[in-house]
Amino acid sequence: MKPLLKVSRLSKRYGNGCLFCANENGAGLVGNQCPHCKSVFACRDVSFDLFPDEVLGIVGESGSGKSTLVRLLHFEEEATGGEVFLNASTGEEKSQNVLALGPFAKRQLRNRKFGIVYQNPQMGLRMDVSAGGNVAEKLLAAGWRNVGLIRERAGELLKKTEIPLSRMDEAPRNFSGGMQQRVQIAKALSNKPRILLLDEVTTGLDLSVQARVLDLIKNLQRELKLSALVVSHDLGVIRLLCHRTIVMRYGRVVESGLTDQILEDPQHPYTQLLVSSRL
Amino acid sequence: MPIVEKSKKQTRQILYNFAFLDDVAKREIRRKILKAVAVPGYQVPFGSREMPIARGWGTGGLQITLSLIEPSDTLKVIDQGCDYSVNAVNIKKFVQAVTGVRITTDTTEATLIQTRHRIPEEPMTEDQILVLQVPYPEALREVEPSEQKTRAMHAEGDYGRMWLFLYEDIIHYGEVRLSYRYPVLVNNKYIMDPSPIPRWDVPKLNMARTLFLFGAGREKRIYAVPPYTSVEPLQFEDHPFRVESFAGKRCERCGAEDTYLDEIIAEDGVTRHYYCSDTSFCDKRRRT
Ligand SMILES: Nc1ncnc2c1ncn2[C@@H]1O[C@H](COP(=O)(O)OP(=O)(O)OP(=O)(O)O)[C@@H](O)[C@H]1O
Ligand SMILES: [Mg+2]
Ligand SMILES: [Zn+2]
Repeated sequence: MKPLLKVSRLSKRYGNGCLFCANENGAGLVGNQCPHCKSVFACRDVSFDLFPDEVLGIVGESGSGKSTLVRLLHFEEEATGGEVFLNASTGEEKSQNVLALGPFAKRQLRNRKFGIVYQNPQMGLRMDVSAGGNVAEKLLAAGWRNVGLIRERAGELLKKTEIPLSRMDEAPRNFSGGMQQRVQIAKALSNKPRILLLDEVTTGLDLSVQARVLDLIKNLQRELKLSALVVSHDLGVIRLLCHRTIVMRYGRVVESGLTDQILEDPQHPYTQLLVSSRL
Repeated sequence: MPIVEKSKKQTRQILYNFAFLDDVAKREIRRKILKAVAVPGYQVPFGSREMPIARGWGTGGLQITLSLIEPSDTLKVIDQGCDYSVNAVNIKKFVQAVTGVRITTDTTEATLIQTRHRIPEEPMTEDQILVLQVPYPEALREVEPSEQKTRAMHAEGDYGRMWLFLYEDIIHYGEVRLSYRYPVLVNNKYIMDPSPIPRWDVPKLNMARTLFLFGAGREKRIYAVPPYTSVEPLQFEDHPFRVESFAGKRCERCGAEDTYLDEIIAEDGVTRHYYCSDTSFCDKRRRT
């Protein structure tokens, strides 16, 4: 099967780098940082495929580069190396490295193919714009010019994410954390994305609220046949949602495989530690 | 062409160029105007000069006027539709003093019109230029405070947030509440602030025969709508743009029912009187 998203040696360095860290190929880094120039190597040669309908988990300790990876894929930051292909073809015809596109084309791709949900609703929502307006923004950007139709679509999505329609014209500022996350999800789905990026979406929610949001995501993913990247350091979330999982440490992928295998029979010592510390 | 003017007391001589600005300044402003005309609706930065009137009182428009005006021109200056307001009179006096051009109040006679807050009621022609004074040139400022970001938004046609702003007005208030500075899309490309003209005047910009030049002195921007350029107010299919309605009202001086009317509340605080905002057009109608 053809991967929907092909990520190849994706790298992000914060800082200018120096001769030492350029040549050592990471061997001389302390954690993810160069001891000489203090550059941080947030992602290093990250490669993976994401297939249609697949949910891929990304786990790793704090600072391992998970959010950076998501931001790179959402074109929120410039990669310092590597390539990303959408609908990568396996045959002769080379598909284009989307990281090389101009800002306009990137924004179009982002608006058409991606939906994103952040851990912090402040990042994903305009708190002083109505819930419906938040969902409508991408539709407006895509050229929708009929308020009635926009409201119909926003209403559908809010219903799907279990936000009462009576609150559609209210700003999410006063919503509970769980509701804000569900508005974010509705917003992320507004453009019928192929790929959802979910970065710690349940962290910070009460356990009971977490379960409801996770169920919602699981159902939506199946119903809408979405591919998703799920970032979490909660292995319970990963087990529930993800078919395959990659494990990151210091910006590198140290292990990848089927989620069950990774959780039941971790190979890399770091993964073993991660799994056991949870138990 | 230097002009020597002897002041009344003959105590000193004032030396300055025709139309006050030096040739370098004029050339720069003309080049920026050409660029603005070539890219309709795009805000071109220019090196706004100090003028003998305070910034915010039309220095942007004035610099455009001064860099275009020729001795053969006939100038009209209006403020809120009126030829005789203090601001209009001051600008007129100044331009006349530094150029000696003929001044008129008749829209059809003028070759160059500088205005604040109105477009004249009488249709203008290819042979005329309308210079609009602009306090805030950035139509997106309401939704994005950073200049760097609004520039990127224009460059990429990233206007979702502007539309969101209008959407929010409609769902909360049933209509877009902007009565002045109603945002328009120019040449299907750039969103532009038409300056604080009322909605009434916005349709006059569309496919017009006249060149419109916009000058913001404080913000150092020039932009333009060349003749025969499409200018569309931002609107939704089910919430179309509407101009002010003066249904059932007419100008008490000239009887016009088809002009933009100023509403004056009488001293009793209750009675409302309506008069044409375009005073010279009103006068003309009364004469005929
Ligand atoms: N803008 C930045 N400038 C410099 N360093 C940064 C920047 N953003 C992230 N980093 C560094 O990059 C590394 C990866 O950060 P990232 O936020 O991707 O980690 P994470 O895996 O998402 O962690 P967490 O689980 O805590 O969210 C960290 O060392 C972080 O300090
Ligand atoms: Mg993170
Ligand atoms: Zn280094």
